[in-house]
Amino acid sequence: MEVHRDDEGSKIGMWLFLFTEMVLFSGLFIVYSVYRYLNREAFHQAAAHLDVALGTINTIILLASSATIAMSISAIQYQKKKQALALLTATVVLGLVFLVNKYFEWGEKIGHGIYPGSETLASYGHGDVLFFGLYYFMTGLHALHIVIGLVFIGFVIWYIAKDRITHDNFSVHENSGLYWHLVDLIWIFLFPLFYLIT
Amino acid sequence: MISEPKHASEPSYLEYKGKHKGILAWILSTDHKRIGLLYLYTIMSFFVVGATLGLLMKLELIAPGKTIMEAQMYNVTFTLHGIIMIFVIVIPGLPAVFGNFFLPIMIGAKDVAFPRLNLLSWWVYIAGIILVLIALFTGDGPPDTGWTFYAPYSFKTAGNMLPAVFGAFVLGFSSILTGLNFIVTIHRMRAPGMRWLKMPIFPWTLYGTAWIQLLATPIIGITLLMVAGERLFNIGFFDPALGGDPILYQHLFWIYSHPAVYIMILPAMGAISEIIPTFARKEIFGYKFVVGSTLAIAFVGYFVWGHHMFTSGMSGTALFAFSILTFLVAIPSAIKVFNWISTLYKGSIRMETPLYWALSFIFVFMIGGLSGLMQGAVAINVHVHDTHFIVAHFHFIVFGGTGFAFFGAMHYWFPKIWGRMYDAAWANTGWIIFFIGFLSLYGPMFYLGLQGMPRRYYDYDESFHGGNILSSLGAIIMIAGAMVIIVNLIRSARKGAPAVADPWGGRGLEWKIPSPPPLENFDEIPVIK
Repeated sequence: MEVHRDDEGSKIGMWLFLFTEMVLFSGLFIVYSVYRYLNREAFHQAAAHLDVALGTINTIILLASSATIAMSISAIQYQKKKQALALLTATVVLGLVFLVNKYFEWGEKIGHGIYPGSETLASYGHGDVLFFGLYYFMTGLHALHIVIGLVFIGFVIWYIAKDRITHDNFSVHENSGLYWHLVDLIWIFLFPLFYLIT
Repeated sequence: MISEPKHASEPSYLEYKGKHKGILAWILSTDHKRIGLLYLYTIMSFFVVGATLGLLMKLELIAPGKTIMEAQMYNVTFTLHGIIMIFVIVIPGLPAVFGNFFLPIMIGAKDVAFPRLNLLSWWVYIAGIILVLIALFTGDGPPDTGWTFYAPYSFKTAGNMLPAVFGAFVLGFSSILTGLNFIVTIHRMRAPGMRWLKMPIFPWTLYGTAWIQLLATPIIGITLLMVAGERLFNIGFFDPALGGDPILYQHLFWIYSHPAVYIMILPAMGAISEIIPTFARKEIFGYKFVVGSTLAIAFVGYFVWGHHMFTSGMSGTALFAFSILTFLVAIPSAIKVFNWISTLYKGSIRMETPLYWALSFIFVFMIGGLSGLMQGAVAINVHVHDTHFIVAHFHFIVFGGTGFAFFGAMHYWFPKIWGRMYDAAWANTGWIIFFIGFLSLYGPMFYLGLQGMPRRYYDYDESFHGGNILSSLGAIIMIAGAMVIIVNLIRSARKGAPAVADPWGGRGLEWKIPSPPPLENFDEIPVIK
């Protein structure tokens, strides 16, 4: 059977998959907006507990990683294999730094007894329970997407090293970029919803 | 109108020998036809399980009080019956079996756009089934919430919910991958000259279905993840004790699960729209209206979920809006029925088993559809909510609609899939037994529901006894009919008379290639003029 290759088709497939990811998160955004509406004051207060500086740094890190992966796609098209690999490695490093920051942020909160099911959090009242429940669930799901994205990019690095992704066959690489931008985009919404609206 | 493709005498997809042997040649095959059959065999096996559970429920209800099982066992039984029938059988149903097998052939392609992803979706589907089975056999007892997993009971019950909820999530993922594959296939792989409005109806309905699979399923995915989060971490999304709102769960659940009804019924309508013109020996009447109504159902179907929740507490405005939208969605369904009837009008009708199924489909679908329309009216809805009227209504649609279309499609495409004819006398006998059994099984439930018999109880008042006896006898008759049909099909697939390429005088591309089709469907991609 001859190999069927359709770059346009695979890109459409990726976009469709991104639609499903957006709908997946939109379920959580609905829940967030309903509970924010019902617990305005509590959400307001709870958001002040989050560290805006750390959130801003993570936002900058993710935006930078989106830039590096976009540049790596250009690099591969100009047949600059080494540059593409370096830029992708930078993306992975930035993604890891994001996760490390997230780890410390969560660790600090859990250290103060703020986590779902804890007595301390329950004593704050319903609004705080829901705010931090959503905070852990949404940023956790987002972090899971970062991990999946990093594995995906890892495969792309491997394929480029093996010359299976080249300047005239890079749709997998491009799709990994699309996915990474989506992960970035979701963070762009999570950041103000949890950190900035105080 | 279609140029005749040429054929070399190459082996069919059933005989083709790849690099794997035995069962591996099937479960590792990326051939869309073999994957379609993998789904068929899985679905049929679980249909036996789901139908057995249903029969046990009907036996329990043959007399008031405890007959064969306790209340808790009954709760478990209807839960598993629902989960298996909905998530394992009816939602994948026609798209996964006949969609996989015939979509590429009907649009003149050699395979779907992503064959390996297609195989992956079957494996993901199997993983989901295994999770559901784990829920059944481990932990403190099987799930007992009903297939709807309503909060807060779904995270308070001792039943083993987590694997079941996770299994439903994984099955949804498989459904998304299939939908994604079909959309790209239809966009990218139609044969030269097959413009959008030259595409047969069945692929059109698969296209509408695929969009629903893609854009509605993630909602149930995230909702089930939230329920899992509730059980694991006690987060409080839907727990009133922690400030959560159980009604919000119902909204999220039905935002997916109502469109899911159209995932079930649209491809069924597509199969019927293929069968009726073939046996009326006419073109389908009002092709553009059938296509348009397909897309209209897919679209409007998103906005009617609230009618599942009229008794849950909603503003008057919301009641009004959901009520009127529910009425609206009936219009495109009715258009289809009119088109099928008009196709039959002055046709040169040839009575064969698939047409029997198609005609009985129209009959039961109208009963199911009109009883659904009744529930769009808030007053009636509140009266019959959670009664057997609802059970009757959705079995007329989901089983009478999708199930009848599935059996119709099964007989219609049987010669193409296995290259053999089924035994028509036995097939017709099976159909009439099944049809009588179906009507006496679900028909009385309308009456019982209007009298006030609630659903999901193992016991009932003495005054409901008569209708329940008839219903339980109907279940036994229907199972007997199903056995005749399935045994006949299995026997015919092995021993039936060889089929020609086009036994029915069909017009689609699938009838231009040999029965069974060769591995790559077409030697040369056909050109449609």
